[in-house]
Amino acid sequence: MIDLGEGEAVCFKVESHNHPSAVEPFQGAATGVGGILRDIIAMGARPVALLDGLRFADGDPRFDRAVGGIGAYGNSVGVATVGGEAVFDDAYADNVLVNAMCVGLLPADRIATAGASGPGNLVVLFGATTGRDGIGGASVLASAELGEDDADKRPTVQIGDPFTGKKLIEVSVELVESGLVESLQDCGAAGLASSLSEMAREAGIDLDLDRVPLREEGMEPWEVMISESQERMVAVVRPQMLAAVEALCDRWELHHAVIGTVTDTGLLRASWVREAVGEIPARFLTDECPRYRIEPRPPQPSTREPSSSLLLGLDAPALEQALLELLGSPNIRSRAPIYRRYDHLVGSRTVRRPGLDAAVLRLRPGYRGLAVSLDGQGRMTRLDPRTGGALAVLEAARNVACAGGEPIGLTDCLNFGNPEKPEIAWELAEAIEGMALACEALGVPIVSGNVSLYNETDGRAIHPTPVVGCVGLVADVRAIPSTWCEGDLILLADASPVSLAGSEYQARYGEVGGRLPRLELGAEASLVEFLWRAAPSCSLVHDVSDGGLAVCLAEAAIFSGIGANVEVPEDARAWFGEGGGQAVVACAPEQVDRLGGIPLRELGVVGGGRLLGIPVSELAEAHS
Amino acid sequence: MSVRPKIAVIVFPGSNDDRDAAWALGALGADAKPVWHAEPTLPRDTGAVVLPGGFSYGDYLRCGAIARSASIMSAVRRFAAHGGPVLGICNGFQILCEAGLLPGVLRRNRDLEFVCRDVAVRVERADTPLTRRCETDQILTIPVKNGEGSWYADEELYTELEQSGQLVLRYAEDCNGSVGDVAGVCDEVGNVLGLMPHPEHAMDPLLGSGDGALLLASLVDAAHGRVLSGTTR
Repeated sequence: MIDLGEGEAVCFKVESHNHPSAVEPFQGAATGVGGILRDIIAMGARPVALLDGLRFADGDPRFDRAVGGIGAYGNSVGVATVGGEAVFDDAYADNVLVNAMCVGLLPADRIATAGASGPGNLVVLFGATTGRDGIGGASVLASAELGEDDADKRPTVQIGDPFTGKKLIEVSVELVESGLVESLQDCGAAGLASSLSEMAREAGIDLDLDRVPLREEGMEPWEVMISESQERMVAVVRPQMLAAVEALCDRWELHHAVIGTVTDTGLLRASWVREAVGEIPARFLTDECPRYRIEPRPPQPSTREPSSSLLLGLDAPALEQALLELLGSPNIRSRAPIYRRYDHLVGSRTVRRPGLDAAVLRLRPGYRGLAVSLDGQGRMTRLDPRTGGALAVLEAARNVACAGGEPIGLTDCLNFGNPEKPEIAWELAEAIEGMALACEALGVPIVSGNVSLYNETDGRAIHPTPVVGCVGLVADVRAIPSTWCEGDLILLADASPVSLAGSEYQARYGEVGGRLPRLELGAEASLVEFLWRAAPSCSLVHDVSDGGLAVCLAEAAIFSGIGANVEVPEDARAWFGEGGGQAVVACAPEQVDRLGGIPLRELGVVGGGRLLGIPVSELAEAHS
Repeated sequence: MSVRPKIAVIVFPGSNDDRDAAWALGALGADAKPVWHAEPTLPRDTGAVVLPGGFSYGDYLRCGAIARSASIMSAVRRFAAHGGPVLGICNGFQILCEAGLLPGVLRRNRDLEFVCRDVAVRVERADTPLTRRCETDQILTIPVKNGEGSWYADEELYTELEQSGQLVLRYAEDCNGSVGDVAGVCDEVGNVLGLMPHPEHAMDPLLGSGDGALLLASLVDAAHGRVLSGTTR
């Protein structure tokens, strides 16, 4: 949670729901959204935005189902889905990635904690009833590799009920607003076992499992304890507040029950009709849980490096033709068909809609705003996990800065293979180190996160994929860059060298490989700061990412509906190189002197109906 | 004398745009009152009623099919029968159709997908409580966001509605397969109205368009007129 000043605070987190989405994409993605929403409401915040990072193989029919599931949940609960990414790569053919991020707002003086305190206080479960759905979701699904028997695991996927999820949001926000609860905790992976052990670690909880409202008969106590039935929350309530809490749940027609009391024993104890069925020091399930050491080891260097002609894509078509093909490729073409299926307007805060870099939400009633972005790196991280980790952080920060947001916090989701394998452990350690170095250079903290490991099928792991969400504070939403205009100067701001290694261009026309150029972290941080400081003086600011500078310029021209005369050296690296931080900045000529900060290179002037020799209409058609 | 006319915004479990509607009406000078679905009556001196967008009761059955039976709907019916202005937005429109207060039904969009985007909407009649601040044939930019927003009436009903001037708003572009591109309708008398686009999300050019304010300000005028004429109940 981060203080925004003026009495407001923001909290945000990204979480994975990969294994369930691989087995049952619609419900897997939907409950991924439901789960991250509950994490945010457990903080006492009202969720205001969702973002989704999706990774599938191109043509996988599960992608459409996952988009449907996200829409079904997010649209129904009335939280705007404003961004994310959709990446297509055969590395995710078996293990798809569905990462969901939620951003919530709350008054700075209201912080709900997850810990239980005050012996004698009551533990109240509210929301949906508890059934056998999702039993073993965390253990059977999430903590093992996928394989041939995936279909048999379908019953371990939870089923979402967005209507109850919506009621849960309203009740939780009102409970915290009215000061009726001491703390809140959501029931996520491993159900009551997990949420209560987190609550009990400071104090202790005695639990009457038989009081849990059930949706089916004959459930065993252990099943009740670890059921992952969705749309449930646990609150710690002072006895004198119980009647008010119950009345609120009744008003919203939610099930509720006192299922236990807070103690001072440090124990999590469970009974079933007054008979003890379980007892464990809560710390054994949280801080002092068993750990295993893994020995990271770098993989053997590949004996077969692709030839330089493959690395450089020497068989690629002419630059102009390659630009058109890249614009229409699965990873670059317009995302409008996706985000149009999401309600990105509910809340009436969305002053910059999805489509370019980062969306911006207004902090009503003032004119400040939050820029939000979610970005990951798979292919680059495969080539060089340390650089890939840093790139994920830097790209998220740059996207937010392009919308005029000063990055104030980050959240991360680490999607990796089986960490018991030394090479995967090494990738994980290196990526984390790269992220840490980038955060240090930016001076921005990572405030929350999640890991998703064992993303393997029959021994084949996904690309190591760190995904990073960034939130930035926009000083004045009336001065957000939008489209470039006739006569504007177009400038390039950059930080580190780019190359074709790991680029979209290389992936399409050659073979992925080579060495990523070294990132100049100091210069990368200066670039980010320059962008958010310059944004209010600019007509357009756009980050160079997938497809490189040529694609970035083309996207700017399509978005603005007007071309430009720009000069870019006639070589593939200059047009399509990726890696090092770059951004295109456009402003009226008289504004240039106000930009300051870092050296800029003039690329050209806005005007005309063409860009890089191609009519803008043709670019737009390729991109649509 | 400055009176802030009271407008009841009905809150069903699953309503999502109730706070946005109340905020928009408040910004236009109304006193927007959230009214819980289980209430038997509307607040005293209610000048207009808004049924907001969302997914009432999850819309797990046909959209609006459960909400039409909510306790507050009897009061809304009485209010409408006495000439009170009632506006249904999106899910609210679906509820009014299910309740038989508005003609036609709303079906799944032609492409069978939820769609959220700005659309151009043409004002067909500028003499209703929703459109008095507009001009006939004026084009407004207002977003839609729905999965079941394709309005349908059979040929006979459609002709009848067209002749009686009940087709208040039409899409000025291809949107979702609505019969006659109809975006909004009113009842025979003209005081009950429904539309699929969301005027409360088009209150300010910062949000993409300020055109929705014309529609909601018309409703606030109507509520105001009712308060001044002493016909509120």
